[in-house]
Amino acid sequence: MPSHDVLIIGAGLAGQRAALAAAQTGATVAIISKVHPVRSHSVAAAGGINAALNPEDTWESHAFDTIKGSDYLGDQDAIEIMCREAPNEILWLEHAGVTFHRSETGNLGTRAFGGASAARTYYVADITGHAILHVLYEQLMKHSATVDRFEEWFTTDLLQDDEGRCNGAICRNLRNGELQVFDAKAVILACGGAGQAYKPTTNGLIVTGDGIAQAYRIGARLMDMEMIQYHPTTLAGNGLLITEGARGEGAQLFNAEGERFMEKYAPNKLELASRDVVSRAEQTEINEGRGFPDGTVALDITKVPRRRTLESLREIVNIGRDFAGVDITREPIHIHPGQHYIMGGVKTDIYGQTTIPGLYAAGEVACVSVHGGNRLGANSLLDTLIFGRRSGEHAAGQALHMPMPSTPSTRVTSTEKEIRAIINRPQGGRRLAAIKDELGETLNQYVAVFRDADGLRTAHEIVRRLKEQARSATIDDHGTVFNQDVIGAFELGYMLDCAEAIVVAAIERKESRGAQFRTDFPQRNDDEWLKHVDISVNGEDVPTVSYSPVTITRWEPQERSY
Amino acid sequence: MPQYLLKLRRYDPRSGEAAYWDEHRVDLGGRSSVLDAILKVRDEVDGSVGIRCSCQQAICGSCGVRMNGRPGLACNTHLEEAAARDFGVGWNPSEEGDEVPAGVIEVEPMGNMPVIRDLIVDMDAVHWKKIQRVSPYLINQQPVPEREYIVPHENMVDITQSMACIQCGACVSDCLSMEIDPGFIGPAALAKAYRFVGDPRDAEHHERLEDLSEDEHGIYDCTHCFNCIDACPKGVDPMSQIMRLRRRAGTDEKIVDRNNGHRHEDTIATLVRDYGLLHEAEMLPRSYGGNSWFGKFHPAAGQVLLRSLPSIVPAVLRRKVNIKIAVFGHKIPKPDLDAVKKLYAKIEGREQRVELNLYVSGFEDEPEAPPAETHGTGAPQDDGPATSPHELEAASESESS
Repeated sequence: MPSHDVLIIGAGLAGQRAALAAAQTGATVAIISKVHPVRSHSVAAAGGINAALNPEDTWESHAFDTIKGSDYLGDQDAIEIMCREAPNEILWLEHAGVTFHRSETGNLGTRAFGGASAARTYYVADITGHAILHVLYEQLMKHSATVDRFEEWFTTDLLQDDEGRCNGAICRNLRNGELQVFDAKAVILACGGAGQAYKPTTNGLIVTGDGIAQAYRIGARLMDMEMIQYHPTTLAGNGLLITEGARGEGAQLFNAEGERFMEKYAPNKLELASRDVVSRAEQTEINEGRGFPDGTVALDITKVPRRRTLESLREIVNIGRDFAGVDITREPIHIHPGQHYIMGGVKTDIYGQTTIPGLYAAGEVACVSVHGGNRLGANSLLDTLIFGRRSGEHAAGQALHMPMPSTPSTRVTSTEKEIRAIINRPQGGRRLAAIKDELGETLNQYVAVFRDADGLRTAHEIVRRLKEQARSATIDDHGTVFNQDVIGAFELGYMLDCAEAIVVAAIERKESRGAQFRTDFPQRNDDEWLKHVDISVNGEDVPTVSYSPVTITRWEPQERSY
Repeated sequence: MPQYLLKLRRYDPRSGEAAYWDEHRVDLGGRSSVLDAILKVRDEVDGSVGIRCSCQQAICGSCGVRMNGRPGLACNTHLEEAAARDFGVGWNPSEEGDEVPAGVIEVEPMGNMPVIRDLIVDMDAVHWKKIQRVSPYLINQQPVPEREYIVPHENMVDITQSMACIQCGACVSDCLSMEIDPGFIGPAALAKAYRFVGDPRDAEHHERLEDLSEDEHGIYDCTHCFNCIDACPKGVDPMSQIMRLRRRAGTDEKIVDRNNGHRHEDTIATLVRDYGLLHEAEMLPRSYGGNSWFGKFHPAAGQVLLRSLPSIVPAVLRRKVNIKIAVFGHKIPKPDLDAVKKLYAKIEGREQRVELNLYVSGFEDEPEAPPAETHGTGAPQDDGPATSPHELEAASESESS
């Protein structure tokens, strides 16, 4: 039976960084992922990673931009840590082999990004996430003696001892259906967001809120769940991401009347205002009839010199060609805001500790909160790496002084029963995909850029009904080898839990801040709502709301304009 | 909406049954992807269809499969494009009155790797083992600087091509050399190796190159079949990376490998320069005995000729080789031969070797007519696939040379 000091669930940037950091302290480490690590959705991060590394730049400036971007909901102690540690993290990556873009002098070069007062985004063309993820995996291969990898294992349960401390997990080997108890002194969740609860979304099919829901089910607090980022530029039709790097390089937005509408909404930063602002502006144009008939506005990348586009935005050239049939270097493309990221997640402190002892979270699954109401572009890669590393180090440090827990291997029986029950369900229920589609369309309609009480209540009713239907959804696959159908049933359950937390939090926050814009409460209200909305369950499947204070160190809330 | 006939190769090791074709008709536009079609079947008809997939935008590398005989990503292969491949797939109407489909698409698991289930192959057993073989991590130049390494922009752009690999396995699937020699390190892993050999921050270029040259399954095991270049969905051009490794190893680092790979290459180049065409009888003796007319008198040349008799004799008997031409060499007209020599002189006379990196170079902003309309004309078009950057690159390349 595998037992390790630190067990990491999820092998994207946060998970791999946590594994490397924990292993470096001498702890024994296992990293588990339901997909091969390089398939993790960090791979799709395009534009870059922020750090105040230039001598002229300061971490304070980076921190202020982040706080302003968060609409003052971000916790400033955590933001200070992230921005202070960012430069060294970039150098660590560079030394590990990331092929960052260079300036003419051979030094690291930067590009501009949204909501930032300096060009401080380091990048590799528009495959930054991919480039970093593959380099971290190179390091895992290099250190395969100290980090045990369990690739294509699906986590079904988080384990707790009698005192409630998290001490391992039960995982299923996808290759043969075998269940296994993993003992661990500490468990780090690093398994990403919940974008698939939305349709469309820029997130991959694997991003199903597993970690958020698993932590929630054993009583961990979730925070800021109402804060869902709609990315301003997702492709019409299929919702694929067009990187913010395009606007960073000079691409412009136009409505159907040929007007560069950002001049009205953000006269100073224009297209490079923060994402919530740009998405709201686009949606306003579209709602007020100045969009194209397909519900879009135009992104004009032809403003960027062609050679530059081909060199540094190559991926979206391919996406335009393969998925929209458009040469983006020659003509504008149609885009609209689309679900991209969840600022909320499992509430953690600055070491990644959740409210459950022994359980950590890092990356999109977590909410530290460094992003508050709205995340700046190129801050999420940074978040994954900084808090992945800090979680790994802290968990390993704690583990040093603890005995190895031991969960009897018979503990898997109840999970086995659960899986058998899913496989042997009578036919006749709704199809998993039908429930998932209805969920995604519901959230995209009612819990999107603009929200109001009526719509949110409708969404909540639908989610409750879908939860009921999911329990009897039809399963076609009765096998043990790569039974993706059973995994799909688990994932649907996770997405529905996340969705309910999102809706309940959005109903609760009766103001407009960051990504939450309530048409029935259109103002920010610092007197009543400068606080986090927390969601948790105790025993029963009913979310309860509580609050946590926002940490303010030196930047008092101000009016926010770009 | 056109209807496509999707034939999925299914296999469940626990069922005790052999692999079989599972047919479904899907109503989707020709610009939808093969993955869209597979997921439609999985979502609406049969949830047990096994395929790895996630991002649906050709970046996660999960959905490598063979479609009508060609490997690639299911997510960025259009149905109409896959159906248009002339793979000899037929369609036999099963019942009277069946509508004739717009196209037939056979989807199979990738080759050269064992199948686990349906379209899912065991990449660990082959692909990742080979990646691990090439020490796939940076071995830092010492001392590691306090800040970043200072590296020319061009070098970073250059290795970005091999960095762009998403480890989907499409090139491995159809590598002919690997089919013959399963030990061949293969296109993906060798492209990965170039990513470090081309990186100025790596300390062990020579060691890496020596290792890959001396390994009999290494860089000289590639037969230039171009399959990997055709297969790669990301423009990594693995074979080009292998050829760069060879030039770095043989020409720059002067590594003469025990497999005679480098000498063999040299010999072919010299023979073509001197005779205009390959001189078959001289080739083996020179590769083994030394690259000159005297090479054939070296004992190693005699040995290899003896060893090769089992191939030479049947080739002659079956008239695949014309003895007279093979022994005395091809004769081409003098002006043609001079033209060949001129080409050699031009290329060999360059002070620096020109390494083509078609990944990002070869573009300039050409002046062009202003677009007829202003903004708002960006509606997605359906008038056939746009010209790919590769074609553009190739075009501008040939214009300039």
